[in-house]
Amino acid sequence: MSALTTHLLINLLQVAFLLAFAPLLEGVLKRLEEIIQGKRGPSIFQPYRDIWKLFGKDEVVSEETTWVFGFAPLINFVMPLFVVLLIPALTAYPLFFAFMGDMVAVGFLMAIAGFFVALAAMDTGNVYGPLGASRTRMVGFLAEPVFMMVFFSVSYVANSTIPYIVNATWAASWANMLQPAHILVVVAFFMLILADEGRIPVDSHAGKVEVAMIGHSKNLEYSGTSAALMKWAGAMKLMILAIVFLNVLITPWGLAATTHWSDVFLAIPKVLGKMLVFVVVLALIETSLAKLRLFRISEFLAAAFVICLFAMSVRLVGIG
Amino acid sequence: MALATAGALDGLIAALFVIFGLGVIVARQMLGALYLFMLHATALTAAAVVLALALDSPHLGWVAVITFTTKVIAVPLVLRWAAGSEIYERREVDQVLTIPVSILIAAAIALVAWVAANPLVHAVADRPFAAVHLPTGLMAMLFGAFTVAVRREGVAQLMGLLIMESGAFFASIAIVHDLSIIAEVAAAVDVPIAALVIGLLIRSIHRVTGMTRVGLLASLRERR
Repeated sequence: MSALTTHLLINLLQVAFLLAFAPLLEGVLKRLEEIIQGKRGPSIFQPYRDIWKLFGKDEVVSEETTWVFGFAPLINFVMPLFVVLLIPALTAYPLFFAFMGDMVAVGFLMAIAGFFVALAAMDTGNVYGPLGASRTRMVGFLAEPVFMMVFFSVSYVANSTIPYIVNATWAASWANMLQPAHILVVVAFFMLILADEGRIPVDSHAGKVEVAMIGHSKNLEYSGTSAALMKWAGAMKLMILAIVFLNVLITPWGLAATTHWSDVFLAIPKVLGKMLVFVVVLALIETSLAKLRLFRISEFLAAAFVICLFAMSVRLVGIG
Repeated sequence: MALATAGALDGLIAALFVIFGLGVIVARQMLGALYLFMLHATALTAAAVVLALALDSPHLGWVAVITFTTKVIAVPLVLRWAAGSEIYERREVDQVLTIPVSILIAAAIALVAWVAANPLVHAVADRPFAAVHLPTGLMAMLFGAFTVAVRREGVAQLMGLLIMESGAFFASIAIVHDLSIIAEVAAAVDVPIAALVIGLLIRSIHRVTGMTRVGLLASLRERR
């Protein structure tokens, strides 16, 4: 088998990895949160059952909607699949599509999905949809400068924004990992994940009150196959952010170093192990912090922005 | 400990020291600010331990012991005694400036500290950790001064004062490795006494006015 074919096949394996394990990540997170709260919680495989059930249901669509409403779940589902082709999900070496786009492209692809989902929410005529969409845009608008600063800081340290090269730079030595600029970027990016994923303290994932929702009211009108796609896409987005955070920024180890299939398959449990630790931290934060009031979110993201600014200036003055 | 390893660890601790200092400025809740202050002091302790091991200096070990005992254990106990109800029951701290403005000013302070410390770093280029410690310590001092200026709250102002002191220590442990034990003991006694005096003041203000929001006491009112 030629190297090109192998790389293409590993790329497809990355897509399969994302599709297969994203609902599991969400299931484990939900179960852990319930356990920490002293409850038993649903099975970790519940998201698979939910998605399967939704695929078998009929779809009800409002007469007010346009093509955007039907198109949004598809693009929301497809974009994470594109993104996983660009990032080091299982291998430490660049694959076939690695140089097609950098971390800015990752942000751009995710933003396209977010844009269509927000449009679709406004398309339905449901009062809560536009409310959630505009709130999400507000958080997105505040998070955008932080995203940019994270990318700039990372590129400044690693001299590249290609995720594979950044991963190799951090993985080169422990001293690189402990640089002040790196720690500051990691903290800011984690705050960004909480904001972008609609996690506490920015938004409550388990919230059932539509008026208080930020991101989740956008999906209220979906049913059947579209709802299944939206749910699956939401889980994949969390997994994509976790992969970028873990494999690129914080623990760039445990990935396959060769093209041997055994090596590549061995990377799957290692990456899942790292994700388990990430999910435990996320569950602890979700259960121990309170949700911020809407207009306090700007403070949370401003703090992330300033931390990024610190990272940049630390590099500029040549300290670390 | 090898100097390279210590340098890397020290960089990590310095980054956390800055984040916790920023946290005290950003935190709206009194208890949150107190926890962040304790973490800030713990980062200073960790930095002193790393430097003590790297430079083989028992004096810096003493700095670590003193910092931990006074700032992480004694000061919270004093504050709990002096203004326990204010810390554990009140949610938000009054401030002159809004949090977003404070954050922006904190960013400007950080840049000023890095630029201002640059000539000093060149002056002590022979000291291995000064390049990280001087600007970080200066930044913490400015963060502390800023907190004292913008918080209309006795307890938060005390934290600002102690953050300034932590910043001074953070900078000085990189320059002077053999600080005399007398100076260390003096500093050790100094911090709880400052906390005690301000604690007593806060307690008496609380007894007379029923609160510790010193910002509301700006105008005089004659006692009948």
